[in-house]
Amino acid sequence: MSQLAIEAPLERLPLSQTIDKELWIRRLLIGLVCLWMLVVVILPIFQLLSKSLMDNAGNFVGFANYVHYFKTPALSNSIGNSLFVSILTTLIAVGLGFLYAYALTRTTIPGKAFFKGLAMMPLFAPTLLNGISLVYLFGRKGLFTTGFFGTIPGFDIHLYGPVGIIISEVLFAFPQAVLILSIALNMTDARLYEASDSLGASKIKTFFTVTIPGIKYGLISAVFVCFILAFTDFGAPKVVGGNFNILSTDIYKQVIGQQNFVMGAVVSVVLLIPTVIAFIVDRIVQRKQVAIIAAKSVPLIPKPERLKDTLFLTYCAFIALLIVGFYSTSLFASLVKVWPYKLNLGFWHYNFSDMGGGGYAAFFNSIRMAFYSAAFGTVITFSAAYLIEKSRQMRVLREISYFLSILPLALPGLVIGLSYIFFFNAKGWSIAGMFIPNPLGFLYATMGILVMSNIVHFYSVSFLTATTALKQLDKEFEIVSESMGVPFYKTFVCVTVPVCMPAILEIAMYYFVNSMATVSAVIFLYSANLPLASVAVANMDDAGDIAPACAMSILIVLANLLARMLFGLATKGVKNEPRPGW
Amino acid sequence: MKSFGKNFVSWIGSVVVFSMLMCISSTAWSEELLVYTALEDDEIPGYLELFKKEHAGIDIKIVRDSTGIITAKLLAEKDNPRADVVWGTAATSLMLCNQAGMVQPYAPKGLEKVRPKMRDKAATPAWVGIKAWMTGFCVNTIELESLGLPMPADYEDLTNPAFADQLAMPNPASSGTGFLTVSAILQSMGEEKGWDYLDRLHKNIARYTHSGSKPCKLAGAGEVPVGISFAYRGFMQKKKGEPVITVFPKSGSGWDVEANCLIKKDTIKSSAKLFLDWAISESIMKEYGKVYPVTAYDSGQPVPDGFPANPEEQLVENDFDWAAKNRVRILAEWSKRYDVKSDPK
Repeated sequence: MSQLAIEAPLERLPLSQTIDKELWIRRLLIGLVCLWMLVVVILPIFQLLSKSLMDNAGNFVGFANYVHYFKTPALSNSIGNSLFVSILTTLIAVGLGFLYAYALTRTTIPGKAFFKGLAMMPLFAPTLLNGISLVYLFGRKGLFTTGFFGTIPGFDIHLYGPVGIIISEVLFAFPQAVLILSIALNMTDARLYEASDSLGASKIKTFFTVTIPGIKYGLISAVFVCFILAFTDFGAPKVVGGNFNILSTDIYKQVIGQQNFVMGAVVSVVLLIPTVIAFIVDRIVQRKQVAIIAAKSVPLIPKPERLKDTLFLTYCAFIALLIVGFYSTSLFASLVKVWPYKLNLGFWHYNFSDMGGGGYAAFFNSIRMAFYSAAFGTVITFSAAYLIEKSRQMRVLREISYFLSILPLALPGLVIGLSYIFFFNAKGWSIAGMFIPNPLGFLYATMGILVMSNIVHFYSVSFLTATTALKQLDKEFEIVSESMGVPFYKTFVCVTVPVCMPAILEIAMYYFVNSMATVSAVIFLYSANLPLASVAVANMDDAGDIAPACAMSILIVLANLLARMLFGLATKGVKNEPRPGW
Repeated sequence: MKSFGKNFVSWIGSVVVFSMLMCISSTAWSEELLVYTALEDDEIPGYLELFKKEHAGIDIKIVRDSTGIITAKLLAEKDNPRADVVWGTAATSLMLCNQAGMVQPYAPKGLEKVRPKMRDKAATPAWVGIKAWMTGFCVNTIELESLGLPMPADYEDLTNPAFADQLAMPNPASSGTGFLTVSAILQSMGEEKGWDYLDRLHKNIARYTHSGSKPCKLAGAGEVPVGISFAYRGFMQKKKGEPVITVFPKSGSGWDVEANCLIKKDTIKSSAKLFLDWAISESIMKEYGKVYPVTAYDSGQPVPDGFPANPEEQLVENDFDWAAKNRVRILAEWSKRYDVKSDPK
């Protein structure tokens, strides 16, 4: 701060001129943010929609494709299947997540940090790994099905189909539910409980009249987030879905299996409708939220209660055991020579040389891609959030930008990937008889498009994290700097960025981890020159090489854990509260 | 600490330059030969090593995928083809590409040695075969025994109700093995009986897979006792130590030729022709012959262990023209009947 004060007088420009110039820079930058969101979100989606109204040769056919879709029960049955598995997943994940979050926030059980960390494990893995682990646990030759290779009586849960999909999606959605609900449960006022208690309300009554209403919005958010995750994921269903078709695997089958892009576009639009509805409803509901925490609020400090604590500790230990068991099984399976016949351990499956998918080249490409996504994504997201949050001009444009920035939350990765193929591979567009060549075509099949798709795919959560962090910063900084004639970008670099460092690092890690693990968007965009680890997992699974696919997933998890540890070191000593979406 | 403004601008500038460099470095195409192939992943490295030994200067870039996907990819890129040559991909698929006018006929060196059945009939052929691959059932002997199932000897045995939910088969829309099997069944049984057979077979199928090798790998892992796949895969899985044997259906195996062709482009690289010459040369034919008994011409290798003594007799009569002409219709019918089995098991 002292530097700023000393430096400010060195500026040669007259004050008014500086402010004037600054205003224009700001306007330009906000305009750029809007343009960026337009190019990377709106135009590709528009291209996808228009593609779904054309035939394979590119002639306009109106809704013919949709009519065909709904007339083909084989295709349209998937809608019901998708809804079925995602609703069930949501109920289970939110239920389990609520109990877990409750234990972490409202009881005095020991080892909360450990339990919380462990619950986040599934975020580090590609969802394909959830499916693969299930095969090793409950497939026909799984540990449980064979009763640990015949040592105890086995049982068959008929994994392939809805059962497998639901288990893996619950695992996938669980950490998100825990995070959202923990934050909601943390934000409460102890006085409400005291009042309830002194009015003689029973514990159960207090639970339903105080606890549940208090976390209403968090609960609704958790429901929508889990629903969207389960509805749009395709990694796990691809592995354990068997012949149970759902929308996301249909898109994959149509586009990758049969290169029927038009039908892929139609299914994508069908997939998009419920997610957009969920997104809009959630937005409307969240708007009604009023601050529960007032200045006079008293944080609720849970009191030890023997029975309650024991029950919740048992529950958390049980869930933790499941998660540990789950991933240990896949680690073990990746080291076994021939499951289930030759159980000697070694690194056979970590040699990807005679496998499809790209092997270690793919792995290092993924690391590069995740690194670029983290670097560029963080810079873009944080700068955009800053401009939108901390500017006072161009209100309308900023509001539009804000909406565009949270819109990607409603976009499934598969939809992003497919719309990017259509948009960036288009030769150009004829508008009013004029042919406009595509200026962005050069990005197709490059690292650039992969990084861009990741930035967009994970934009909203990062953006919200940045906005939350920025909101905690006093507006005074801007006002003081401005009155002293310090350009805003100086304030940004010297004050805002350093103060928000924990949030910035968190955004970077979020981008890195997700870019490593994601399959859905990049599976349409990678090229033969640029194989990726997560796509290699999908391809090896397709070819039936499930053990190497498992091994590659383990490498992805390890890379992510390493990134997470570096993040831990980097933020050491900085108190860092998790934010929504983590 | 001179000026943060300048630093900021130069920092932004370097980010921009960096991102541009990143894009450029990944778009810049080096002069290389782009080869599309549906050969198996574990075959390719050995073959390419041989190529590199003989032609050190040429940089080969391989795009490998299942037959159906390579075909669809080629057709999708019709207007702006990327591949220079196609290597080891189903002849029926290459015929489709030829119909689409994408193939530049070329007579590679040594063409005269190639069996007439394994090349396009034109004097300058559109496609030239390298080897035949055929249907084989991968049977997991341990699982078969523990489930008390009879060893299948022919197609009809697989419709035995005892096999309900015990079979895996490739989806013919994406897998070449799937297509040649379906095509052989329809040709040898006649369409009506063939579809009736497939209807009955469908009742026993636990899952249809995306690739032709996966059923065999599933069998090798014990996930299903029997996978309808192709012979090579069964032998390779056995080599890896999995308890599988390959059964050749008594009434004959469906088969297709893995063939090569030159893609019509504005500039055809000389290395493309060189590659096609090499792909049917004697040295590589010996390599093919190690694991595939039926090659474009006699490779001089003994019939690989486990194949019938006279492998050519194992192949059913196959009318490639019929298969290529009816491919779209067969696949549409197949998808209508079986592709989307929407009810949970």
